[in-house]
Amino acid sequence: MKFDFDWKPLLLVPGLALIALVFTGSFSTWLTLTIAGLAMGMIIFIIASGLTLVFGLMDVLNFGHGVFIAFGAYLATTVLGGMSDWATTDSLARNLMALVPALLIAMLAAGALGVLFERFIVRPVYGQHLKQILITVGGVIIGEELIKVIWGPAQLPLLPPTAMSGTVFWLGAPIEKYRLFAVAVGIVVFAGLAWTLSRTKVGLLIRAGVQDREMVESLGYRIRRLFIGIFAIGSALAGLGGVMWGLFQQSVVPQIGAQVNVLLFIVIIIGGLGSTGGALIGALLVGLMANYSGFLLPKLALFSNILLMVGILLWRPQGVYPVSSR
Amino acid sequence: MMLKRLLSDDTPRSRVLAALLIAVVLGLAFAPFIFPGVKALSVAAKVLVFIVLVASFDLLLGYTGIVSFAHTMFFGIGAYGIAISATRLGAGWEAMAVGLGASLAVSLVLSFAVGLFSLRVRAIFFAMITLAVASAFQTLASQLSDFTGGEDGLTFKLPELISPSFEFSEEPFLGVSLDGRLLCYYMLFVAAVVLVLALLRIVNSPFGRVLQAIRENEFRAEAIGYRVVVYRTTAAVLSALFATLAGAMLAIWLRYNGPDTSLSFEIMVDVLLIVVIGGMGTVYGSVVGATLFVVAQSYLQDLLKLGSAAASDLPWLSVLLSPDRWLLWVGVLYVLSVYYFPTGVVGRLRTRASR
Repeated sequence: MKFDFDWKPLLLVPGLALIALVFTGSFSTWLTLTIAGLAMGMIIFIIASGLTLVFGLMDVLNFGHGVFIAFGAYLATTVLGGMSDWATTDSLARNLMALVPALLIAMLAAGALGVLFERFIVRPVYGQHLKQILITVGGVIIGEELIKVIWGPAQLPLLPPTAMSGTVFWLGAPIEKYRLFAVAVGIVVFAGLAWTLSRTKVGLLIRAGVQDREMVESLGYRIRRLFIGIFAIGSALAGLGGVMWGLFQQSVVPQIGAQVNVLLFIVIIIGGLGSTGGALIGALLVGLMANYSGFLLPKLALFSNILLMVGILLWRPQGVYPVSSR
Repeated sequence: MMLKRLLSDDTPRSRVLAALLIAVVLGLAFAPFIFPGVKALSVAAKVLVFIVLVASFDLLLGYTGIVSFAHTMFFGIGAYGIAISATRLGAGWEAMAVGLGASLAVSLVLSFAVGLFSLRVRAIFFAMITLAVASAFQTLASQLSDFTGGEDGLTFKLPELISPSFEFSEEPFLGVSLDGRLLCYYMLFVAAVVLVLALLRIVNSPFGRVLQAIRENEFRAEAIGYRVVVYRTTAAVLSALFATLAGAMLAIWLRYNGPDTSLSFEIMVDVLLIVVIGGMGTVYGSVVGATLFVVAQSYLQDLLKLGSAAASDLPWLSVLLSPDRWLLWVGVLYVLSVYYFPTGVVGRLRTRASR
């Protein structure tokens, strides 16, 4: 597997960054934009990884992934709001004492919600794409309305703790501290996922299941049970990503899930449905593209991502890392 | 016999459904006289627009079995076509024709491109790509404010003949003043009838049968020798064109258009809810569903307000019953109907009649 590794897609990310450097002109602006893009990309990856695995393993396209994002983000507003004196002091340790529980609670709650969602919304419609799309969209509608019932329809502020707000200067470029934190969390999540997928037995089963579910089942492994676990973990990661996204935007609205969903679909289409590595590349490309074009051509920011997707699909119609047998 | 031909041999096949349909058609035909008042007429016009919009979406979802989230994009293109041409070229019939023609052309090209591009790979790509394209289009429409009026939208004038200020006679007829607004309503009514009959014709043609075959089993349809991509793309284009016409109807009635009135994702959600609750794969489902939904949306909220006030002792119940949360209840109804009545109201009535 190692020797025929497909490295071409890996060049896309630095390639895009270099092209942008030419157009931006100023190195410090470019560096700021690149870090912002990487941070955004890493957050999107955290969210998208669960979605793409769920699709790869059970052929379930979950339009309701946004519910977990919104749920996580809103829970974090409550938790951080409850610990506001710790989140607003200047000490990093105390800030982390507030932020880490917020992230963990959001993950646990979103994961639990994921189990319920899988049981009541997704399970009755396995194997029927049309109904899956319809029913998970229904889940989004209900979830969004329930969030409005609990937290109200208005936009809520969600600020990063004091020690993580503000900027540092690096090579003459202003960089928001929170973005560095987001990149770090993203790397940790990616490393964790990559290690689990490539070095553990569960990971082996997941990869095998994505490639050929029936074969793994006929060897006596219960893919269904594995799938519930993946669904829960994917939802938990979406909850985590939701908190990170809310802190990145510094506010949450009930429609947050629907907004991120659009980016998610672009990412997993670019990456190849079911491919984790592809999702990382897709997420970084989308994050960088959104920031570069937001600076260079602000009116076309969302459109540029669609053009990116079209370009990549013309090159590889199944995404950069197509998953076999589908 | 004549009626049967008009309905393309696709009769309601259920007495209750036939009675409902007759009630809807008569109600809409005489709405200005039965339900006087400005609000009632606006609701009736909205029903007409939604019937066409939802029926055109059903061609895609119910008959072809593919989900599009860009249907409001084409709806919006139709509405903006009329709005922009009326703003730029003035209040004439030619301006309306130019706007309609241009928006149909834009929808044709766009739906063809999206369809060919995503349906070539896989049908579920279509759902994801249309969602992305539609949201990009929505942002674009509010960004290009010189052209589209941005978030504020465009208010414009239409030919004198269909404006409220135009009076045909001083004397009111049966208590209703004969003005341009009334004529405009009947224009929409005729347009809606023609378009729905045209859609019935399409879904009951050999072409429509092939679409249903693809919905049931894509692989077999391909094996028999039908080019699935071609049929799906054609269905996507046709459905987009009908949605564009519905958008034009909306703009003609409101003489205003903005991103929230025609492009917003809420309308997309409404359309999806109506198709599923009314009955996928039955054009009549759109007629019944759109009527029920729009009337409920306009009047049931008042009822919820009463319920909310009555439950004011229990704060959480009161919040749940608040009229702003009515989508929650429709959403629950929608999920239940996907599970338990996948054929919706119309399918339910038909199975009961055939038993």
